[in-house]
Amino acid sequence: MFPVVRQAMTRLAARNGSPRSAVPWHERLIEVGLFACGALSVLVTAGILLVLAFETFEFFQGVSLGEFLGDTRWTPLFVDKHFGIWPLVCGTLLTSAIAIAVALPLGLMAAIYLSEFASARARRILKPTLELLAGVPTLVYGYFALVFITPILQKFIPDLAGFNALAPGIVMGFMIMPMISSLSEDALYAVPNGLREGAYALGSAKLPAIFRVIIPAARSGIIAAVTLAISRAIGETMVVTIAAGQQPNLTLDPRVPIETMTAYIISISKGDTPTGTLEYRTIFAVGSMLFLMTFVMNLVSHRMAKKLRYGGAGT
Amino acid sequence: MRAPGPVDRRRGKVGERLFVWLCLACVLVPLAMLGVLLGDVIVDGAGRIDWAFIRGFPSRRASVAGIWPALVGSIYLIGLTAMMAVPIGVGAAVYLEEYGRRSKVAGFIEVNIANLAGVPSVIYGLLGLEVFVRVFGFGSTILAGSCTLALLVLPIVIMASREALRTVPDSLREGAYALGATRWQTIRQVVLPSALPGILTGAILAVARALGETAPLIVVGAVVFITFSPDLHSQYTALPIQIFNWVSMPQKAFLENAAAAIVVLMVVLLLLNSVAIVLRNKYQKRNY
Repeated sequence: MFPVVRQAMTRLAARNGSPRSAVPWHERLIEVGLFACGALSVLVTAGILLVLAFETFEFFQGVSLGEFLGDTRWTPLFVDKHFGIWPLVCGTLLTSAIAIAVALPLGLMAAIYLSEFASARARRILKPTLELLAGVPTLVYGYFALVFITPILQKFIPDLAGFNALAPGIVMGFMIMPMISSLSEDALYAVPNGLREGAYALGSAKLPAIFRVIIPAARSGIIAAVTLAISRAIGETMVVTIAAGQQPNLTLDPRVPIETMTAYIISISKGDTPTGTLEYRTIFAVGSMLFLMTFVMNLVSHRMAKKLRYGGAGT
Repeated sequence: MRAPGPVDRRRGKVGERLFVWLCLACVLVPLAMLGVLLGDVIVDGAGRIDWAFIRGFPSRRASVAGIWPALVGSIYLIGLTAMMAVPIGVGAAVYLEEYGRRSKVAGFIEVNIANLAGVPSVIYGLLGLEVFVRVFGFGSTILAGSCTLALLVLPIVIMASREALRTVPDSLREGAYALGATRWQTIRQVVLPSALPGILTGAILAVARALGETAPLIVVGAVVFITFSPDLHSQYTALPIQIFNWVSMPQKAFLENAAAAIVVLMVVLLLLNSVAIVLRNKYQKRNY
């Protein structure tokens, strides 16, 4: 028993000799206060939506939606201004795709190892250790990509620029890998043992059982993990700001400098663009696009996780 | 499903062993990568750390530059952030777990918090820039920075606290009610004390997250070149901002400074996490 708790109970028993039916007024007040704490989070969401919507609306007073979605150049600070979002979206998708290409196989295989092969002790040690990777500040990964990974890659790919999409993509892959491994492992581990035993009873070896029974049974959870990781990669800021450069190129070439949506927001914020100008509003317009993309991914992830919880594994 | 024959099976054994090794490699390679990262940062930066570096102010000459204003700024930031995010976050968690269980409003708030946890940090920066810096008129001060960071880590505090509250068995609550305690008395004197270790751990993790955040602070206007110890209403800088600035410099000497500052940042993070573990163990021993 909890000694603290027992003391408290004794105290309470002494104080409240008779049962009370009415809730005292100050308890009501406390409940309202606690509710306000919870409601604040709704205010935050509303705030984000309002701020983005308002500034983006102002942005579109100066720039047409057709130019935003139709132009292929992004040069808001040049004399010859162009406001085509695609180079930034392309940069974001490129680095995110590289990150997922690294994180998906690593994360999924690590999850299979932890769930299906590792001893209980190894699992207990390895899982939190892997999660340490997600605790390192992203800024540190940016430094690592710039001064360690890029020079190494340049030995193999001679025409790799000092700023490129490849190195931050790879490093970001390692950064989001624990997210995929951890959440997928939860999903795999939750697959009922009856399914494994059933597969073996039908004469299946371990690998076919994993690939044809266990992974399909856990697929909603795995998809939830991967979409959440994609969302994280899209919203990741410091790694790409530091190591991918600040040149909005509409290219899928991972060897040249690019600029992601997040990196653009940072590059404008650290300069002194006066508030209220069109340049200033661009960061909110780009922010809206970023928010929309991550929001869709989070929504898919949320749906999938729910499906796993209620649809039951093994259907 | 095709039933594998005996031949299939033997072949499966070799393949299986290979596959297991491959899977194990997928666990170990990222860990090795983490080791290389830490090693690289320490090799690059550890030699640069001395008392002058810790107590020094930024400079255009890399060899005399230091991190003092950044360190002080970061301590102010995480202190204020914790003071705002922890009470509000715990309050929200108590509401959701103890009052709002199964109510529609609580369900809505819950979905909302899950969504907030997935919003990129740089978006919180945009929110802070518009609301705290401009509308509330805080300007680019530590106060605006902390408010922004507090909103950012709020979902972490709430989720960790809820997790902790959920581990408190219902029998304890029922026991308290049976003794005539009101709901709030039960929460304050029975539920919260036994959930404290989990709540503290969550709070410290949130602070650690706030300490490493860079993007939102850049957006709300933390500046780099501060030659005084900042206070609440002055311009300020923070450790990650200083590191980012040094990383962006073309000269190699500044990269060494960046590595050194990263080592300092990582040491502080390590300390915070150790405190979380120690606190947790201590309280667990006393309680169970």
